[in-house]
Amino acid sequence: MSNVPAELKYTKTHEWVRAESDGTVTIGITEHAQDLLGDMVFVELPEVGRVLKSDQDCAVVESVKAASDVYAPIAGEVVGANDVLADSPELVNKEPYGDGWLFRMKPANAADLAGLLDAAGYAAVVAEESH
Amino acid sequence: MGNRTPLYEAHVALGAKMVDFAGWDMPIHYGSQIEEHHQVRSDAGMFDVSHMCVVDLRGARVTDFLRYLLANDVARLTVPGKAIYSCMLNERGGVIDDLIVYYMTPVWFRMVVNAGTRNKDIAWLRRQAPSFDVEVDVQDELAMIAVQGPNARAKAQAALGARIGAAPQLPRFAAVESGKLFIARTGYTGEDGYEIMVPVDQAEELWNELYAQEVKPCGLGARDTLRLEAGMNLYGQDMDEDTTPLVSGLTWTVAFEPQDRDFIGRPVLEAQRSAGVPQQLVGLVLEDKGVLRSHQKVYTAQGEGEITSGTFAPSLGRAVALARVPAGAVAECEVEIRGKRLKARVVKPPFVRNGQSCID
Repeated sequence: MSNVPAELKYTKTHEWVRAESDGTVTIGITEHAQDLLGDMVFVELPEVGRVLKSDQDCAVVESVKAASDVYAPIAGEVVGANDVLADSPELVNKEPYGDGWLFRMKPANAADLAGLLDAAGYAAVVAEESH
Repeated sequence: MGNRTPLYEAHVALGAKMVDFAGWDMPIHYGSQIEEHHQVRSDAGMFDVSHMCVVDLRGARVTDFLRYLLANDVARLTVPGKAIYSCMLNERGGVIDDLIVYYMTPVWFRMVVNAGTRNKDIAWLRRQAPSFDVEVDVQDELAMIAVQGPNARAKAQAALGARIGAAPQLPRFAAVESGKLFIARTGYTGEDGYEIMVPVDQAEELWNELYAQEVKPCGLGARDTLRLEAGMNLYGQDMDEDTTPLVSGLTWTVAFEPQDRDFIGRPVLEAQRSAGVPQQLVGLVLEDKGVLRSHQKVYTAQGEGEITSGTFAPSLGRAVALARVPAGAVAECEVEIRGKRLKARVVKPPFVRNGQSCID
């Protein structure tokens, strides 16, 4: 069973979301997702300032195997992107919840976070998939 | 559940991620596809290629049969054990399969064909063989392990000891029997090495002996990035029954000489050649950041084309591809990736050979 940190929120499409103290959220893909995709070789991130709707595809992670879309977990504005990934996409594999984060958003509505999955809910999604 | 090679249990025990490949349960990687790729370029790796199909062809007229069956000319093979790479064509000049055929004796050739084309290949062989009184004998009791990389031959020799036989003296693209082993100095990675055929019941033992010499297991994922860097075509992606060798970068495998040799598909290839071959298979290197993938559109000054195989090339740190483009396309082009046009450059494959980059 892969690592699903209890303090994060999740989506069915394998993004994780961390609420930061300044009201922004950090977004990445889960350990399970990176494991499915394999070695990352390219990451395309949304531009800072872009306004996203919930579930809008906004980033792409590409492994040697395939390209996979990343979706905005909630509506809001992009306020940061992890530019280090341009030269070190393997961070998404090595530290999916740490230095391998993808982008930061300012939520349009902070209450939207409550609608995301908690760790137990996401673990159930993963378990469902893998049988 | 798919077909399983005799090494299936060994793969699972090594923690392989197993996937379906042409109806076979095969390892895609054992942890990191990229590390496995580098392992082969820098040292030695091994691949279970037991899913590939070995066919023995025997008969007094087997040479005549193969000269008619194949676009390359087996009459070029005069030293026992020597092999050629060839396409097997249909009457339309399309590629039924690409294969390696070894000349063993005047009455025996050994052929290795792709797993995904196995059934149609055998059916085609059995349809063409009777008029030459050639016996088609599928060798399902043989497994095959490819050992590839700059240290592959030395490590295989250390693993096999006396069973290596005369293999250390083999020139490239030749094979020799040693006891129940059939050892060929061939491969699909652009590196030196062996492909070793071994009886099914001895396959796991050989695998373990190679493992003990630190020959690292590598999956089909690394096999694909290695072959693409080496500029080698993959059947079903870079060519198929609707494309001729001439539009697939395989003109060098077609023996038009001697002119009086009749082979299946020849009239179509002759006509295509004299009319002007409309397309060519070229190498592409992406100048911008991104990953080339099959079916992406290519825009050249001569018109549009399409990527047939694309990947991130771990040895180069950038994306490369094979693409079918209009004849005459050179130098700059663009590739459409997710609606954006990115800059790419037309090059002549291979991209990497014997561990060295072949591009600027």
